[in-house]
Amino acid sequence: MKFVDEFREPAVISKATAEIRRLADPGRTYRFMEVCGGHTHAIYRFGLKDLLPANIDLVHGPGCPVCVLPMGRIDDGLSIAKNADVIFTAFGDMMRVPGRNGSPLEHKARGMDVRIVYSPSDALKIARNNPAKHVVFFAIGFETTAPSTALTLMRAKAEGLRNFSVFCNHVTIIPAIRAILDSPDMRIDAFIGPGHVSTVIGCRPYEWIARNEGKPIVVSGFEPVDVLQSIVMLLEQLKAKEAKVENQYKRVVPWEGNRAALKAMAEVFELRAYFEWRGMGFISQSALRIRDSYAEWDSERRFQVPGVRVTDPKAAQCGEVLKGVLKPVQCKLFGKECTPERPVGALMVSSEGSCAAYYNYEHRKREAFTKEVGVAV
Amino acid sequence: MCLAIPAKIVELFPDETSRALVEVVGVRRHIDTGLLEENSLNTGDWVLIHVGFAMSKISEDDALDQIRMLTMLGEHEAAVQEVTGYGLSEAGISSDP
Repeated sequence: MKFVDEFREPAVISKATAEIRRLADPGRTYRFMEVCGGHTHAIYRFGLKDLLPANIDLVHGPGCPVCVLPMGRIDDGLSIAKNADVIFTAFGDMMRVPGRNGSPLEHKARGMDVRIVYSPSDALKIARNNPAKHVVFFAIGFETTAPSTALTLMRAKAEGLRNFSVFCNHVTIIPAIRAILDSPDMRIDAFIGPGHVSTVIGCRPYEWIARNEGKPIVVSGFEPVDVLQSIVMLLEQLKAKEAKVENQYKRVVPWEGNRAALKAMAEVFELRAYFEWRGMGFISQSALRIRDSYAEWDSERRFQVPGVRVTDPKAAQCGEVLKGVLKPVQCKLFGKECTPERPVGALMVSSEGSCAAYYNYEHRKREAFTKEVGVAV
Repeated sequence: MCLAIPAKIVELFPDETSRALVEVVGVRRHIDTGLLEENSLNTGDWVLIHVGFAMSKISEDDALDQIRMLTMLGEHEAAVQEVTGYGLSEAGISSDP
C-alpha cells in the first residue's frame, strides 16, 4: 500500500479500490488479462495487485514485442548482420535479447557493425550517409510501431534509396488474443485492452471478443487510476452479465483509430500466412510481411536467411509464463540462472516483460524484506 | 516499448510538411508528422511521439499527465534518452530550450 502516497489522486485511488471491493463477488474468482506489456510494467511498478482483493488475478498477456519474438528470428536477423557490407540497426530493446550464439550486442563486440537506433528514420539516415553499405533495420513491434516502419519504407522508395531494407518482425495483437481464447489451458474472464496499439487500430477490432466470445474488454490508460478504473468497468460489465468494448483511455484513443497510420500499413504490409510466437507456437495471420511492391526493401528477399526454428533453453519456461499459465517466479530459472543482468529468456530483458517487471519490483522487494526480517515471504 | 512520449511542437517547416521540430523536457529534435490524420499542426501544439513519429495530437493537460505518468513509471529517463537519440543525436540542434 506504500505506493499510494505517490499517486496524484489518492482519493480517487481509494474510491476505485472501494468500488472494486463492492463489485467483486467474494464467491468467485476473476482472471483479467492485461494484453499490453506496458500495463504489466505499470501493475508491478505501482504494486496494484496489493490494492486488489485476493480473488482478482491479473494475468500477463503477450503484448511485449521483444518477448514474443522467437529466437530463430533473432538468429535469422543476425545472419544478415554477418555480411561484411551490412550495417545492422535495431532498437535498444533488442540489443540484449539472446540469440543462439549471443545477442546483437555480443555480435557487435565480435566486430559486426551493429548500431542502436531510436527511430526507423534514423536507420534510413545511416543508409543515406553510407552509400557503399547496405543498412538493415530489424523491425519489431505491434501496430503502435508498424506504421512508422511503413512510412520509412515509403520514404525509402520515394527517394529511390536502394541500400536500405527492413527485416520485418511486426506482429498484430488481435490474432494473439484469439489464440489465447482458443487455448484450452487458459481461462480469462475479461481483458484490459492495450492503450497505444489502440491509438492506431481503434476499438472496433476488439468487438468480436465481446460479441462472439462474450468477454468484456476495456481499453485502458497506464496510470494507476486508469488501470483500477478499467477493472471497475470490467467488474460492472460482469455483474450486469454484459460483454462490450469500452474505452477508458478516450483522452488518447479515438474509437476509429488513426486512419493515416492504418493506410501507411496497408500500403506497405500484408498479412503473413502464419508466424511463430515464442511460447505460443505458430499463429495464422498474426504478423506482417512486406508487399511485393516493396520487395526491393525486404531484407528477407535480398538476403538468404536460414529460417531455422530454435527451441528455447529447455529449463526456461518462457512459453508458460507468456501464456499466463505460470507466474514468473514459478519458472525454475527465475532469479537464479535468469536475471535482468544475465537474461536467459526475453521476458527477463524488456522492462515490459513480466519476468523483468516481477523481478525488478516484487522480487527485490521480497528479498529486501527477507534480509531485514530474516523470514522468507 | 509501446509507451508514447509527449512533445511540444516548436517549429514547423512550410517546405517540408511532414517534419517538425519538437521539444521534450529541454531536448529538441526533428520528428516525422506523416502519420497524423489531419495536417493542421501549429507551434505550441502537443503530440504523442513514438520512435520518432507523431502518432496523435493531444491536449496540453493530457500531455502533462503523460509526462507525469512516464516519471511515475520510471520511464522518464528512457524517454529522454530515446528523444536525444533521434536524428542520431543531430548535430547543430541545441539541447537547450
